[in-house]
Amino acid sequence: MKNIFVCVKQVPDTTEVKWDTEKGTLKREGVASILNPFDLYALEEALRIKDKDPEVRVIALTMGPKQSQEILKECVSLGADEGILLSDALFAGSDTLATSYALSRAILHRGDPWIVFAGKQAIDGDTAQVGPGIATWLGLPQATYVRKVESLEEGKAVVERLTEEGYERVEISLPALFTVVKEINTPRLPSLRGKMKAKSFQPLLWSAQEVGAEEERVGLRGSPTQVKRVFSPPQKEGEGERVEGKPEVLAHRLSTLLKEWKVL
Amino acid sequence: MNYNFTEEEIMVRDTAREIAREKILPVRQKYDEEGIFPEDIVKIMAEGDLFRVFIPQEYDGLGLSMTAMLLAVEELSYACAGIALSYAGTSLGTVPIVMFGSEEQKRKYLPLVAGGGLAAFALTEAEAGSDAGGVKTRAVKDGDSYILNGTKQFITNGGVADFYVIIAITDPTRGTRGATAFIVDKGTPGLEFGKKENKMGIRASATRELVLRNLRVPASQILGREGNGFLMTMKVFDKTRLGVAAQSLGIAQAALDAAILYAKEREQFGKPIATFQGLQFMMADMAMKIEAGRALTYAAAKDIDLGGGDPKITAMAKAFTSDTAMAVTVDALQIMGGYGYMKEYPLEKMMRDAKITQIYEGTNQVMRSIIASHLIKETK
Ligand SMILES: Cc1cc2nc3c(=O)[nH]c(=O)nc-3n(C[C@H](O)[C@H](O)[C@H](O)COP(=O)(O)OP(=O)(O)OC[C@H]3O[C@@H](n4cnc5c(N)ncnc54)[C@H](O)[C@@H]3O)c2cc1C
Ligand SMILES: Cc1cc2nc3c(=O)[nH]c(=O)nc-3n(C[C@H](O)[C@H](O)[C@H](O)COP(=O)(O)OP(=O)(O)OC[C@H]3O[C@@H](n4cnc5c(N)ncnc54)[C@H](O)[C@@H]3O)c2cc1C
Repeated sequence: MKNIFVCVKQVPDTTEVKWDTEKGTLKREGVASILNPFDLYALEEALRIKDKDPEVRVIALTMGPKQSQEILKECVSLGADEGILLSDALFAGSDTLATSYALSRAILHRGDPWIVFAGKQAIDGDTAQVGPGIATWLGLPQATYVRKVESLEEGKAVVERLTEEGYERVEISLPALFTVVKEINTPRLPSLRGKMKAKSFQPLLWSAQEVGAEEERVGLRGSPTQVKRVFSPPQKEGEGERVEGKPEVLAHRLSTLLKEWKVL
Repeated sequence: MNYNFTEEEIMVRDTAREIAREKILPVRQKYDEEGIFPEDIVKIMAEGDLFRVFIPQEYDGLGLSMTAMLLAVEELSYACAGIALSYAGTSLGTVPIVMFGSEEQKRKYLPLVAGGGLAAFALTEAEAGSDAGGVKTRAVKDGDSYILNGTKQFITNGGVADFYVIIAITDPTRGTRGATAFIVDKGTPGLEFGKKENKMGIRASATRELVLRNLRVPASQILGREGNGFLMTMKVFDKTRLGVAAQSLGIAQAALDAAILYAKEREQFGKPIATFQGLQFMMADMAMKIEAGRALTYAAAKDIDLGGGDPKITAMAKAFTSDTAMAVTVDALQIMGGYGYMKEYPLEKMMRDAKITQIYEGTNQVMRSIIASHLIKETK
């Protein structure tokens, strides 16, 4: 069996996350929850590998409160074989270090990862740290911002990473962790058989003790992050210049500017 | 309104709705204009398990109700009646096997459809439309097989279907007891595809001629018994007609929704046209007819699901909902004025699509004949 773990997070269904400014944490009450959109691409990629290779088992894994089992059901309706919910009062207040530690313990507890997939980032926390954190705790090589899995063998993979300038083609040994961007695929819709399976599905429920996570490494105690203040960075004022007029005028202004900037 | 659909039926409806709105809506105009057969959408429907709905569990299906299948057809038709027909047409070609097939035939064909294989049903010929008795296609016994010759026309899924249920005359002396149904695989030598029709509506559906030239079919491919072709066809149509009803409901509902949304936005004389009573009455009339048609259709389906089924009632549902779809699309387009007449808006397509529902699987005149003949027989 080749185990593919897909780390999925339940997030509020809005890009406008409300913050509890006193506590410096997310206000989750009263906001509808969804599966983090990037994680859907991660799951789809895992399922595509499984579609071609019957040896593959897709295991969806999340850390969160009880109600986050809903996203595991969604994963099962899409085709995941298993769902693991890591839930424990001890995990409350975990930052990205503690979260990735806890998730890495769950992966070890289930055992034998071949590939670990995560989303590029969560749309609420947005740090993009958990994926790389898990790889580090597990001592696995990693490729982030993967936009294509080009080839896959038992012991190595070739993937393309999206970068600001273009992309990088990387050969990486397996087991490894990948975080994916949305360019990687178009996620499928849930099937009827999947939905029927999900209806009666119960995830494995694991506590900190169950997965052998050390108490001082999880929750607030295991989280060195100190939230001082939460704010949106000030909008950059556009320094651009708006030019209007006939094409000749525009062309002239443009060529003058390009010369000024020594581009031409 | 609550129709007491089961949990599974609602699951089917929602799955079809997701596919319709996310995958079909964005491409329907292009597919309609260019008359493209929706292979990619068929694949998505298959992956969503929609084809398994009407296949029994023993043959890789989900063995769900007639109601569930109709909900799928209605939802798909809401987005595009033409694309939906690749699905509904497959059920028309498959239901005869579910109802009358031998164990061996079921094992061969039903799992194929469950996985997204397509089917077709071929009865109509140039001189045999409403009058199925006019079928000329001959099947002549030759040892352990039959040799078929003739031309079928207007066949939905023609050319794209993996197998065809074909009605041919085995004994011309026996009239309506002389026809037999054969299951023919695509690729069988002698099964050729002729003219592709260029249609007014449901343009994403493939409608094609089947040309049978010394087509050799083993006797094991006979569906049911020799001589039972017409009888089985009528028994199949008595049920599958509801598929046309569901298709009509989808078209009509989509037209009404589009018209109301438009009327709320469009302003004339300083206010939204939805505030004009003349249009409001049209909306109310449209909605009444749709809801009445829906109630009749799903009541008829429930009857079938409970082991009953009344051909008179399914004929009523088919005729009533398709007449409704035609009337509603005309009126909904009227509400949208000149914009409704333009290709940028979906109404003109819906109006073209609606027309076919009054014609195929028995014209609405034929439906009325069926209803009346039952009434006359039953009323004592
Ligand atoms: C400054 C700060 C303070 C915070 N304080 C608190 C706090 O006090 N209490 C609290 O509850 N939370 C708190 N959080 C949130 C918490 O740290 C993050 O939700 C969590 O660690 C994941 O980080 P992220 O959302 O940035 O995910 P990212 O690193 O952006 O996520 C990347 C990927 O990692 C995976 N992943 C992330 N989280 C999970 C998960 N839980 N389960 C499975 N897979 C996952 C997914 O695949 C995801 O796509 C805080 C976050 C920040 C930035
Ligand atoms: C797009 C499309 C797809 C089709 N798909 C299939 C398919 O998959 N398989 C298949 O076998 N066939 C198919 N058909 C054929 C369809 O079922 C026939 O067109 C239909 O049954 C009517 O037959 P006709 O066209 O020969 O019309 P006709 O029978 O010639 O009818 C002409 C007119 O006369 C009226 N009429 C006929 N008889 C009577 C009567 N006794 N009393 C009163 N009025 C009468 C009709 O209502 C109609 O208005 C399809 C047709 C179309 C257009």
